[in-house]
Amino acid sequence: MSEQKWKDICELTDLVDNSGVCALVNGEQVALFYLPASQSVYAVSNWDPIGEANVLYRGLMGSVGDTPVVASPLYKQRFDLTSGLCLDDETISIKTWPVRLHDKAVQLAC
Amino acid sequence: MSQHTSSTRVLVVGNGMVGHHFVDALCQQQMGAEITVFCAEPRLAYDRVHLSEYFTGKTADDLALTTPEHYQQQGVTFFTDTKVVEIDKSAKKVKTNHGDWFEYDKLVLATGSFPFVPPIPGNDQPHCLVYRTIEDLEAITDSAKQSKIGVVVGGGLLGLEAANALKQAGLETHVVEFAPQLMAVQVDAGGGRLLKDKIESLGVRVHTQKGTKEIVAGESCRYRMVFGEDDFLETDMILFSAGIRPQDALAREWELEIGPRGGIVINNQCQTSDPDIYAIGECALWNNFIFGLVAPGYTMARAAASHIAGGDDSFSGADMSTKLKLMGVDVGSIGDAHGRTDGALSYTYENQPKGVYKKIVVDGEQKQLLGAVLVGDTSDYDTLLQYALNGIELPEFPESLILPDSGEGKPALGADALPMTATICSCHNVSKQDIVTAIDSGNGSLPAIKSCTKASTGCGGCSALLKNVVDSELAKRGVEVKKDICEHFAYSRQELYHLIKVGNIRSFEELLAQHGKGLGCEICKPAAASILASVWNDFILAKEHVSLQDTNDTYLANMQKDGTYSIVPRVQAGEITPEKLIVLGEVAKKYNLYTKITGGQRIDLFGARVEQLPVIWEELIAAGFETGHAYAKSLRTVKSCVGSTWCRYGVQDSVGQAIDIENRYKGLRAPHKIKMAVSGCTRECAEAQSKDIGVIATDKGWNLYVCGNGGMKPRHADLFATDLDTDTLIKYIDRVLMLYVRTADRLQRTSVWMDNLEGGLDYLKDVVINDSLGIAAELEAQMQHIVETYECEWKKAVEQQESRKRFRAFVNSPEQDSNIVFVEERGQVRPATAEEKASLNDSQRIAIKELA
Repeated sequence: MSEQKWKDICELTDLVDNSGVCALVNGEQVALFYLPASQSVYAVSNWDPIGEANVLYRGLMGSVGDTPVVASPLYKQRFDLTSGLCLDDETISIKTWPVRLHDKAVQLAC
Repeated sequence: MSQHTSSTRVLVVGNGMVGHHFVDALCQQQMGAEITVFCAEPRLAYDRVHLSEYFTGKTADDLALTTPEHYQQQGVTFFTDTKVVEIDKSAKKVKTNHGDWFEYDKLVLATGSFPFVPPIPGNDQPHCLVYRTIEDLEAITDSAKQSKIGVVVGGGLLGLEAANALKQAGLETHVVEFAPQLMAVQVDAGGGRLLKDKIESLGVRVHTQKGTKEIVAGESCRYRMVFGEDDFLETDMILFSAGIRPQDALAREWELEIGPRGGIVINNQCQTSDPDIYAIGECALWNNFIFGLVAPGYTMARAAASHIAGGDDSFSGADMSTKLKLMGVDVGSIGDAHGRTDGALSYTYENQPKGVYKKIVVDGEQKQLLGAVLVGDTSDYDTLLQYALNGIELPEFPESLILPDSGEGKPALGADALPMTATICSCHNVSKQDIVTAIDSGNGSLPAIKSCTKASTGCGGCSALLKNVVDSELAKRGVEVKKDICEHFAYSRQELYHLIKVGNIRSFEELLAQHGKGLGCEICKPAAASILASVWNDFILAKEHVSLQDTNDTYLANMQKDGTYSIVPRVQAGEITPEKLIVLGEVAKKYNLYTKITGGQRIDLFGARVEQLPVIWEELIAAGFETGHAYAKSLRTVKSCVGSTWCRYGVQDSVGQAIDIENRYKGLRAPHKIKMAVSGCTRECAEAQSKDIGVIATDKGWNLYVCGNGGMKPRHADLFATDLDTDTLIKYIDRVLMLYVRTADRLQRTSVWMDNLEGGLDYLKDVVINDSLGIAAELEAQMQHIVETYECEWKKAVEQQESRKRFRAFVNSPEQDSNIVFVEERGQVRPATAEEKASLNDSQRIAIKELA
């Protein structure tokens, strides 16, 4: 973890409350979700491995129990925003990144 | 050799679907067995039932039932590309083709079957193939690339699957069957005849009663299959699918008992003649019968696993009833389909124009259902199967079970009529008793029962029956069946509607804070957004609403499979000027969009990337277009015929009426989409009777039809009122629609909504026409508010910088999504397939046009 470098990705104002946007980081598409109530940001891969398209940031954000999730806009499978696990098919998961708010910047560890 | 610990060593030979199910079943027994699997194929178990999907783009990984990692996690040792070649029964050990020996306490043979290739001279040439493994499919794909015509020998279930595969691969496809009909095992002659017609209408040629004598070199094709003198068929490739034979060579060679026509003999515990050796699946012979379906194989696997773990599950035969879709044709077969039982009688219903054939076989007393054949329509399958499996006494007129519904309703098979032993879910072998037990141990809702019993989580075919059983059992216990929309709100949609309206709630945040919990989800958020829009009609992309919308509403366009969008501008009643038509063409050309005419008399422009949407809409708005709401649960189109203005038969101006109606209700958010149509005379060219709201001109005014729909489950609209003047017509439509918006469930079309209203159509007439609830004025006023506050969402979206920001592909880069790739087909773009993406080089890709 000590080797991790925090990198500025975008401004907090680029994020959308309770919803997602997408950033391009080292050629990878990263979906960023923002929960203003708890000031939390989540970063997961934008690639939907089931629908096979770069669309996850356009999914609906919600919760299952206490777990924050996004539902794919294509076929509605839900992904845990903290672990990347697919709740509807346990054999599938997506990549996640450590992410934080630093002042007004959104930073990713990569 | 000497490291034998106390745990039981179980060797499993074969890792097909059944072999794999056995491994899972044994792991679930948690007896700590040391499991070792030998798999002759290069990969672990995969779904052979859905093998033909390999040709529609599924990969070997998609079909996989397990992964090496999963087996490792379960502590299962496995060897792929490894066959067992020798069994030493006395020393209890086996030898592999690599020369290694393995000791066992229990040995399980799950070696499956192999395709039977008829002994026809010439059957061993290249391009003469079989259809069983992924390697076979790879060979078929290769061969198909070098072929134009393909023949499948065998017209059974697997043969038709194989024919489908050849057709998917783009070949002219033939099926050659020795018997006089297709699927002779499952279907009777009448059903076979209809099946043949249906399959031929899909472009597959069927040749019955043909035996191939030899395969020789062809003249126009690679081969010629000779049936008789001057009777032959030329083809480039041949697929043999003429049945299966049990793979019993190993057992035969090492002297386990084998049936007279093959198959390893087993008892009810699936033990072979050596009690420490088991056989399961298609290699096993039980009571002189080979079970060539996966479900009985799974039952054997569970029985063997249970016996090894000291349990008492057993295999006592299996019901061979099947329901499946072959090339899109529904086929069902139950029990004694051929009526071979002594004294059996049958009832047959055939509807040639619709392509439906149904037969039931009953006993001489007409009390018990023995079997059934269904072709073209299997909607009665579940009910018939329950009658057959549970010996439920037939209704007075058994034919009513298969005759079309005359309006009085079919005799319903109530959940209460089912005995406790009735199997509700055959995939997971869940009986009614299991469900009752689950309820009694505290599972009070359908999802809880599903996750506890696994019922209805396989093919899902029993979901309606399961719901019936659960609802009826809960009702018996005095539990009110919950209509909660999701885990975040303990309310139905109708209740949420009232909470929002009465509580003057303006945002989802308020609603959640006052009445819900958690963050919301993909179910309650769009439902709340729809209700807020119906009640207050605020801009749906306003900051507090934007995160509630489904992606189509958020981006005001329809997402397609590759993440691009399609755009449908409104074309009221399908009337469009040449100038506007030219604009659509020019915009499509400029942005390289695929264009197609929709069923609702509009033009759909496909392939726009998210960042292109606002720029394209700026051009469309400048030309006078407005949003078509094709993305929304709201009014889509009002279809019209040309009416009395031009038509010789028209009695009213249907186009003018349709334009007025479309302009009145455009933008109305509803529980589901709404479609309408106006026909200018009784010939009904606008197909108004298939719409939620249908209007048909008469010489005295307008007839109003309500609550019809097309789509998955078409339903004709009901005649609601006749010879109305335009003012009354609009009043009635206002009231019907607003009542629907207020009281329907989420995603409930008008037809289902009306059917669920207590009193149905008559009740609706009473409320709307006679104002029996005294709410007519209120409904009209609310509609008037929606009409007066209409705004084109796209016009507003392109004007507002804050909403335009949403249409950036990346917040930190001007680049485009490199995974969106188009190729050309029939002079237009289409999304490239995964294979095409991998093989195209940059110069072959169709350039995405730069933004203006």
